Amino acid sequence: MAEKDEAKEKRKIKAVKRMKEIMTAYYIDAKTAEQTGKKVAWITSGGPVEPLIAMDVIPVYPENHGAMIGASKMGVDLCEKAEAMGYSSDLCSYARSDISCATVNGGPIGGLPRPDMLVCCNNICGTVLKWYEVQARFFKVPLFILDTPFCHTEFTEEARRYVQEQINEYIAFLEESCGKKLDFDRMQEVGRLSVEGQRLWQAVLDTAINRPAPLSAFDAFFHLALIVTLRGTQQAVDYYRLLLAEMRERVASGIGAVPNERYRLLWDNIPVWFRTKWLSEKFASHEACLVADTYTSAWCGSLKYVDENNFLGTMAECYTRIYLNIGVDEMARQVIEMVDKYVVDGLVMHSNRSCKPYSLGQYDIQRIVGEQKGIPTLMIEADMVDERSFSEGQIETRIEAFIEMLREKEKR
Amino acid sequence: MKQLEECRQILEDPNGYVKRLKAESGRKIVGTYCSYAPEEIILAAGAHPVRLFGSGEKIRLAETHLQSYCCSLVRGALKDALGGRVDFLDGVVFPHTCDSIQRLSDIWRLNVPACFHLDVVLPVKLDTDGARRYVTDVLKRFRRELGEQLGVSITDGDLRRAIGTANRIRSALMKIDDLRGERPGILSGSDLYVLVRAAMVMERIRAASLLEEVADDLTKRSGSAIGRQPKRILLSGGVCNHPDIHAIIEEAGGAVVGDDLCTGSRYYTGLTDEKVDPVTAIAGRYLERVVCPAKHRGLSDRADHLVRLVREKRAQGVIFFLLKFCDPHAFDYPYLKEALDRVGVPSMLMEVEDRLPAEGQLRTRFETFVEMI
Repeated sequence: MAEKDEAKEKRKIKAVKRMKEIMTAYYIDAKTAEQTGKKVAWITSGGPVEPLIAMDVIPVYPENHGAMIGASKMGVDLCEKAEAMGYSSDLCSYARSDISCATVNGGPIGGLPRPDMLVCCNNICGTVLKWYEVQARFFKVPLFILDTPFCHTEFTEEARRYVQEQINEYIAFLEESCGKKLDFDRMQEVGRLSVEGQRLWQAVLDTAINRPAPLSAFDAFFHLALIVTLRGTQQAVDYYRLLLAEMRERVASGIGAVPNERYRLLWDNIPVWFRTKWLSEKFASHEACLVADTYTSAWCGSLKYVDENNFLGTMAECYTRIYLNIGVDEMARQVIEMVDKYVVDGLVMHSNRSCKPYSLGQYDIQRIVGEQKGIPTLMIEADMVDERSFSEGQIETRIEAFIEMLREKEKR
Repeated sequence: MKQLEECRQILEDPNGYVKRLKAESGRKIVGTYCSYAPEEIILAAGAHPVRLFGSGEKIRLAETHLQSYCCSLVRGALKDALGGRVDFLDGVVFPHTCDSIQRLSDIWRLNVPACFHLDVVLPVKLDTDGARRYVTDVLKRFRRELGEQLGVSITDGDLRRAIGTANRIRSALMKIDDLRGERPGILSGSDLYVLVRAAMVMERIRAASLLEEVADDLTKRSGSAIGRQPKRILLSGGVCNHPDIHAIIEEAGGAVVGDDLCTGSRYYTGLTDEKVDPVTAIAGRYLERVVCPAKHRGLSDRADHLVRLVREKRAQGVIFFLLKFCDPHAFDYPYLKEALDRVGVPSMLMEVEDRLPAEGQLRTRFETFVEMI
């Protein structure tokens, strides 16, 4: 027993402690912005945060807040409050919980700090547009929309021009909201740090190529927070350096995220925040490790389009050609790339009622990946925050049947 | 009215009508699912644009591609395509609107190879100069790509003629809408529905003449001679493909005097400028017409429009007719309702999946609402 505990202790990622400290400090900073005279902008998870950092504006992420609400199992209560306000229970549960939270200052951290401005980039969905309109009316603050045309099969020249023009409008919007000019040298430095942070994050995720994988997607869901919220800061770069060193150490000493790793799986879609622990333990009990995912890798998927020496000039393409803003066939192609890279035995797809751009099309991706790679898929019907859409018994049965399928395949 | 009869016959079997039109005229048929589809450019290419709605049959075919939380319009569209019900299409056009239509476009492209497929990635934000330039660029691209698919070169003259036809249809429908709003007795709500819906299917030059005849005919009618004055109702929402709803509202003592629907006034209000460069003019109408909630033009544009429409039509109540799983409309509902509450206009919400609730249940709900206002 003692030995088992010791092995478990060895598998714990030490950087977690540092991460918690950084996030606590970040939220304290954001919550006290009014006293310190700093401006706060609410921004979508796929939004262009770098100019905010360069302007000393504190970025706050309602989606990250939504994830915290989900993880602390406060989602149902807040979603029901939104439904009482007239919002359909079929709408995105991040949006529902954030919209109602703003009116009652509820949730795990007593609500987000009041925004001075809102920045909405629709590269992840059309939902954020409607959600930010609601919040702009509620808080009566200016809203900037970065409209990134959907790339079904290509990123057209006219789309490039349109988004590039909006980058300039965005800077003008920030200069007006903050009453000061953007320091372009500072912007360049923030851009460089952002790219460095993304590269380090990709390197962290890449360590899961090793067998056993030193981290699982469930770990990535947690360590993702900084590349989302503090992208473009030295702090994020330092943290991911630390995490990468720890991962490399784990690889060297053969420490895996899951004991006796046998099956390597790929997760698709936003986590089921209120059940990450349960799911993680369930898969681990079957010696299955989720070695990669399409979600956390989305924050470094644009590295191929960036020029760190011309960050503002390449931002348009980086922010438009992200994972959710592309066609289903291109998404399938990227999944296949990951299946090959991480040597994956099966897909786990979260069919997420809250997220249509992520979920509609999953059946086709499943089919394409199945045809080309011959690997099976487990489909989990759930929601990222709303626990009412989670049927434990049914999901447990499906996981078991899926593992059985992997076992059979292994015998052949 | 014989024109109405002509429309009714077409709507009994719209696909059959389009197939006959195709066989007789040799024209290419291009399907659309959204009021933002650039019909004028399709017409100018010598093709026939047809607005499609799911038929509600063979629903299982879509289940292997789309989850149950996708709206019935999108699922219905896909299952018709997979079931071969729209195999008369030479092409299909998907303007960018909501997340679900965007994915339908992808899934269609990957699974329905029989016809050509074009995306028209319109801007979402409509209130900037950049968006104006971008939408014009997108339409220019569409003109070129459609021409390539159809093997024609679309001239400015072609576009001007098409704009002329589309404007005749819109002017006539706006006139009919106005006349009916003034005197609901001259044309029943379901008859107006038949006219609007048929205009999206039938040969457009015929549609223009037919609607102009109806407008003239209605102008001449006195028509206010109905016994009791019905309560004046406005419909607001997305796609409403349920003609029965008008009859049930009328039986409950109401009359639909106007709408803000994608299958109603949002389709026909606003003319395309015939004096300027045709593509610029088409782009201009997109930016200025009444917006769909999937688009952005300021924070209160839709509420302002709804309140203005309520006043203009002297509506006494609003029925929100929303399709289940339609996110953009569901997000707007609370603020639109609030805007109506502020000006003291009662409203009710009706959410529909793919078919209407039982008639008895609907009648009771409408009667209660009509009595209340």
